[in-house]
Amino acid sequence: MPVVLNRVERQSYRDSVTLMRISRALGARPGVEAAALMIGTPSNKSLMRDAGLLSAQAQDAGPNDLIIAVRAAEAGAAAAAVEAAIGLLAQGGETAEAAAGLRARTLEGALELLPQANLALVSVPGEFAAREARMALARGLNVLIFSDNVPLEEELALKKTARAKGLLVMGPDCGTALIGGTPVAFANVVPRGDIGIVSASGTGLQEVSCLLARLGRGVSHGIGVGGRDLDARIGALGTLSAIEALEADPATAQIVLISKPPAPEVAAQVLERVGRSRKPFVLCLLGLEKAELPRNARLARTLTAAAELAAGRTLESAPAQAPRSRGWVRGLYCGGTLCAEAEMIFRGKGLKVAPGANSFVDLGDDEYTRGRPHPMIEPELRNDHVRDALADRSIGTLLVDLVLGYGAHADPAGVLLRNDLSAKTVIASVTGTEGDPQRYSRQVAALREAGVIVAASNAHAANVASQCSPS
Amino acid sequence: MSTLLDGPPRVINVGLSGFAADLAANRVAVVEVQWTPPARGDARLLAALEKLAGCREQIDAANRTALERLLAADPFLVDVRRAGELIPELDRGRLLLHAGPPIEWQRMCGPLQGAVCGAIVFEGWAPDLARAQAMAAGGEVQFAPNHHYGAVGPMTGITTRSMPLLVVENRAFGVRACCALNEGLGKVMRFGGNDAEVLARLAWLRDGLGPLLGAALRAGGGIGLAPLIARGLAMGDEMHQRNVACSALLLRTLAAPLARAASDGPGLARALEFIGANDQFFLNVAMAMGKSIADAARGVPGSSMVTAMCRNGTDFGIRVAGLGDAWFTAPVEMPRGLFFPGFSAADANPDMGDSAIVETVGLGAFAMAAAPAVAGFVGAGGFREAVAYTNEMREIVLGRNPKWAIPALESAGVPVGIDVRRVAASGIAPAINTGIAHRQAGIGQVGAGIARAPLACFEQALLALAEKCPSS
Repeated sequence: MPVVLNRVERQSYRDSVTLMRISRALGARPGVEAAALMIGTPSNKSLMRDAGLLSAQAQDAGPNDLIIAVRAAEAGAAAAAVEAAIGLLAQGGETAEAAAGLRARTLEGALELLPQANLALVSVPGEFAAREARMALARGLNVLIFSDNVPLEEELALKKTARAKGLLVMGPDCGTALIGGTPVAFANVVPRGDIGIVSASGTGLQEVSCLLARLGRGVSHGIGVGGRDLDARIGALGTLSAIEALEADPATAQIVLISKPPAPEVAAQVLERVGRSRKPFVLCLLGLEKAELPRNARLARTLTAAAELAAGRTLESAPAQAPRSRGWVRGLYCGGTLCAEAEMIFRGKGLKVAPGANSFVDLGDDEYTRGRPHPMIEPELRNDHVRDALADRSIGTLLVDLVLGYGAHADPAGVLLRNDLSAKTVIASVTGTEGDPQRYSRQVAALREAGVIVAASNAHAANVASQCSPS
Repeated sequence: MSTLLDGPPRVINVGLSGFAADLAANRVAVVEVQWTPPARGDARLLAALEKLAGCREQIDAANRTALERLLAADPFLVDVRRAGELIPELDRGRLLLHAGPPIEWQRMCGPLQGAVCGAIVFEGWAPDLARAQAMAAGGEVQFAPNHHYGAVGPMTGITTRSMPLLVVENRAFGVRACCALNEGLGKVMRFGGNDAEVLARLAWLRDGLGPLLGAALRAGGGIGLAPLIARGLAMGDEMHQRNVACSALLLRTLAAPLARAASDGPGLARALEFIGANDQFFLNVAMAMGKSIADAARGVPGSSMVTAMCRNGTDFGIRVAGLGDAWFTAPVEMPRGLFFPGFSAADANPDMGDSAIVETVGLGAFAMAAAPAVAGFVGAGGFREAVAYTNEMREIVLGRNPKWAIPALESAGVPVGIDVRRVAASGIAPAINTGIAHRQAGIGQVGAGIARAPLACFEQALLALAEKCPSS
């Protein structure tokens, strides 16, 4: 036979929501069949009577009295539930606080929270990235598109819109920017200075900005324009806008431009724009040996040379003499541009680059990253290839890059050193600075401790490695 | 020329949240968008959104007009009159108005059928409920939505010729709208109640309170509602689930005019007692006001702003300023909430009533941050959850109403002017604070909670807007 227990708290008004919440909590207690906390109005009392919850104890309760009513299987459970209700009332009923941040669900909503926003950083799946970028442009925002797989025609349309509106579209497939010295996405902590960088390559921008820092110089802004920007179909729209922005920027005294060799008609257009600039340029068009340049431009063959030309001094490097080792060089790279630079240096020296000879693998290529994080984020991806190379008797030397900074893995050296590297010569470069979360000196020390030869830059590393190659 | 390089970046991060964390660590101003695929990733809707993006400027201009009309509203409670005087069609035949979009008898939910039968008896068209049901099922009574006659009604929303209706006049536009008087709590017709007690109360509203209120209001020249709502928001009302403050403020304003208009002391006492005992008395005033405000924004060509949201217990319907009188409907959803003792979610009827007109004009769930006491209806929520509701609704509206400020949000105005495009793109369905009726006729209210408008209504309206948008 169930027990109905009522308790009346005289002259105790409570908000009905609080009461309903406590009622629900009581109803969930073991042994409790039903429970209600209500103010003793006639209609409430009639509801409780109908629900089999009203006893003689509460018959005379009035509209200023609170009735705690419990129906339970036995008296103990009923009494315990009433006591629990008293406790919950004392707490005010507020037990669980839902955490509700002020993050937005849409771009429009975010703009209301930050009306003075001037940059949208878009890293959604490629099929949706153009739409978000378009909405951001329509609202007057500059855009950095980190996403890849954005269709070429979308990129072209976005960049045309941006140029018409006087806005910048960085990317797509652009991981790096330094805006007013602030690293955005995959970028390093470098001092502010007067050198502006426009780069079609994210790692190229990172390498040059870090080398400038080590050369005692700083960066005004670094603008990534995306790997396809100097493609004939895009026509360097992003590069031209970036040059114009840096041209107008009083903090920028000179400009470094980094790209693969552009299509001839695009090169002509870019060089024409460079020639009209009042500022000096360093052009690093990887693979381009010579070109007819405007008078305010100098050509750098490597990223290191670009940084050195811009800084006006040479990178200090211990004369890293590689021990003689037998076998070919295997370059295993996380940064695609660094990989291309190393390969270019080997070819420039007339060394054989081919499968079964010296070889360079860009592990950031789609072929390796489909469904997996980029090796800059998760360098363990490279370890499979490191182990293969260590076991390969035809290979004498491993050449690797480690890229630090925001966005990158917290300890790339530690990941590489999961392998026993003692059997081969390992030459590395570290793209990073002391200000980076991983700390440049700490990463270098860990590598040297394990016997890895750490060169001053990727070009230096490739040069040292080239001395190990069979000629 | 871009001004990006002129100062520190101020970033909206759309996608990987690690980037936002890194930027914040560098003390960059950053807001994170918790991104989900737009329009649920549905190709047809995405194509419609793209097409509408092509005529964004025209739509935005039309929406500015529509929103200005909402914001310029100047509503006054001016009268209470018999429905047949206000809506002549009601006197011409056996016409019965109901909540929500159009619906025929067979598809009506239990409470609506129950209320219909009660109303037929109340009007004397049938001697009892059984005969009333036969009449309703046999086509002897015509049904139409309140919204087709400048009216609204809570829950079942039944309006018949002899019922007294509150009249609100939006003086900025000369638009009038009306709503029945609130019957109080417990067993009432708006929740499907239809027994003798319910009908007796309706008779007193018709013969006693209605005429007295009408006389008092006419003598006083009307009560300005916009400032009254502003004070109510500051006192913790959101004008849907909670009307304690506004009901009290209204009674305070009405007390002397009622006393002057009353012919006898006991009649006046009963009127004051009835209003004073009913925390939700003001809800029906707020609803008529919402209708008078929203109707002024109807018929703005090209606008994607919602001008009505309502439900009949079976279907949810919306109207859009740029899409004429068309209803865009979808099956109504179940509210989530708390239940009276003896009842549970199993007893609940799906969402019902024209009361979502208050959300349409920026109150109710949209103003939840003003009424943290109400947030508990969705679970263990408190003030933060209340703020989260208002902030979420802010993402789907065209602006804010500075006249209706929420003190706890540093006096930001309530979010107002629901944009079909933003609802469809974000997948954020408008939230609606609501009472919950028993699914069977004649039982009445069993709880209260929060419902969501079905996205499908907004998605259909989006497709209709895209049809009208010239191809680029």
